[in-house]
Amino acid sequence: MRLRPSDLVYEGAVWAVAGFAMLLLLAPTVVVLITSFTGGQTLKFPPPTWSVRWYVELAQSSELIGAGWTSLKLATFATLACGLLGTAAALGIARSRSTTARLLDSLFMSPMVLPAMAFGLALLMVFSVLSVRLSLWTLAIGHVVICTPFVIRMVSAAVQQLNPALADCSFSLGASRWYTLRRITLPLIGRGVFAGCFVAFLASFDHVPVSLFLSDARTEVLPIKLWQILEASLDVRVAAVSGVIVVVTLVGMLLAERLFGLAANVQESR
Amino acid sequence: MQNPVTRRRTFAALGEALPAVPLALFFLAWFVAPFLLLVIISLFDTAEFRALGLRQYGKFFTDGYSLGVLWDTLELGFLVTAVCLPLAYALGLVYVAGGPHRRTLILFLIMMPMLTSAVVRTFAWIVILGREGIVNNTMLALGLWGTPVRLLYTWGGLVLALAQIQLPLMALPVINSLLKLDRNIVDAAEALGASRLRRLCTVIVPLTLPGALAGALLVFAASTTAFITQTLVGGGRIVLMPLNIYQQAVGVQDWPFAAALSVVFTVSILVITYVLNAAAQRRMRGIDAA
Repeated sequence: MRLRPSDLVYEGAVWAVAGFAMLLLLAPTVVVLITSFTGGQTLKFPPPTWSVRWYVELAQSSELIGAGWTSLKLATFATLACGLLGTAAALGIARSRSTTARLLDSLFMSPMVLPAMAFGLALLMVFSVLSVRLSLWTLAIGHVVICTPFVIRMVSAAVQQLNPALADCSFSLGASRWYTLRRITLPLIGRGVFAGCFVAFLASFDHVPVSLFLSDARTEVLPIKLWQILEASLDVRVAAVSGVIVVVTLVGMLLAERLFGLAANVQESR
Repeated sequence: MQNPVTRRRTFAALGEALPAVPLALFFLAWFVAPFLLLVIISLFDTAEFRALGLRQYGKFFTDGYSLGVLWDTLELGFLVTAVCLPLAYALGLVYVAGGPHRRTLILFLIMMPMLTSAVVRTFAWIVILGREGIVNNTMLALGLWGTPVRLLYTWGGLVLALAQIQLPLMALPVINSLLKLDRNIVDAAEALGASRLRRLCTVIVPLTLPGALAGALLVFAASTTAFITQTLVGGGRIVLMPLNIYQQAVGVQDWPFAAALSVVFTVSILVITYVLNAAAQRRMRGIDAA
């Protein structure tokens, strides 16, 4: 095959843009890790001196650790609830072509597109009208809605790849619906369920707009705490928290890839 | 009267959808009902909830400030989407052309920021764009700039930071459509003498439009509602819809007006999503017919 000069220019341009995109994708993670080891008082980059002092400060900062715990508890509740409800729902609608199933699918996916700020305010109004006191539970209700689309997408993708003949075989051999679900269907879509829950967990841990309206002093979550610190002053402790989050997320991703092929699941669900 | 077979089928269809009922009820109670309540609250004329009327919407549409904020927010969404599109396609083309190792590497590069907290990524952009940040220090060291330039708290900085933060949402669907694209069609274009650029513009992009559109809608929606990045990288001087809603609801405690702002914002996003979808579907039909 002969390359024309214009083709060479084209290849060069594609690679240049792609290289820029890859740099963009990689930069923040690297920058955060490097900044967190600064010995200085400011976010100067590259850091003037190196130290772990901000990690030490973080270990002594009870408010940040408390907010981190709240976020972890919240993300765990939300993930368990939407993992259960979402997997069941995806099993019900993923294969069906009926109008009801398509409508339900759009409904369950809509939190990804509708402004979360509007939803947070709306939910606050509901709790206020019902005179329900805000708590970790009310916050979890909001997070379940926000995280459901991730579970629905990935479990649906797994269900759609399932061979329906397997369940039929199980029925014809006399297995009950419940037994078939436990022994055939769930093991086959398990990777999709775990991948969906993993992404849902991280989405909840990171979510701000709904928490902004529904969390109070007792249920302060980590991302909002970090936002408040950054708004008030560019405190370097945030760099240490960010460093911890980046490393934990990376380790989680590698584990998830090993255990249930995260990348393939994320890709198939799009 | 339905015949027994049809009736049995209807029951079977209902039985199939049964596992979706709990989540459907949950969404009715905690997602649909709240939005309905939001609309009702927006119809109160005063913050004391006395009289019903359309005063809040009148206030919004006659007030240049609020309209300007809405317009800026939508413009931000379009700009970020426009920056993400070429980046996602370039990534996708390099991905599809590569072997398994390169593909895994690119996929991880895309997923890593997607799964890392947005607050953390926003924080990284503060470090990159800050007065003593990477960009300023590099440009000063190279002698290209005499004094530090303000990049943080500017419109350009905000668009770039949001584009990076939302790029994965666009890159994944684009890569998926590129993977599903029938290579034979591209090869045919090549055999007929089309240059690479021409193949991209007249064959590859039109045929992968659904993926690009799915990504575009996600990026648009996510960047218009990205409260954290908007307030931290944009700073206090750039007021967009999410901050406006927050200030009205929490700061001023004017719930009816905050509700009206939320309704207008939600409806604008829905209308834009719908129009883009309809336009893309018409285009796809045109391609199928040709």
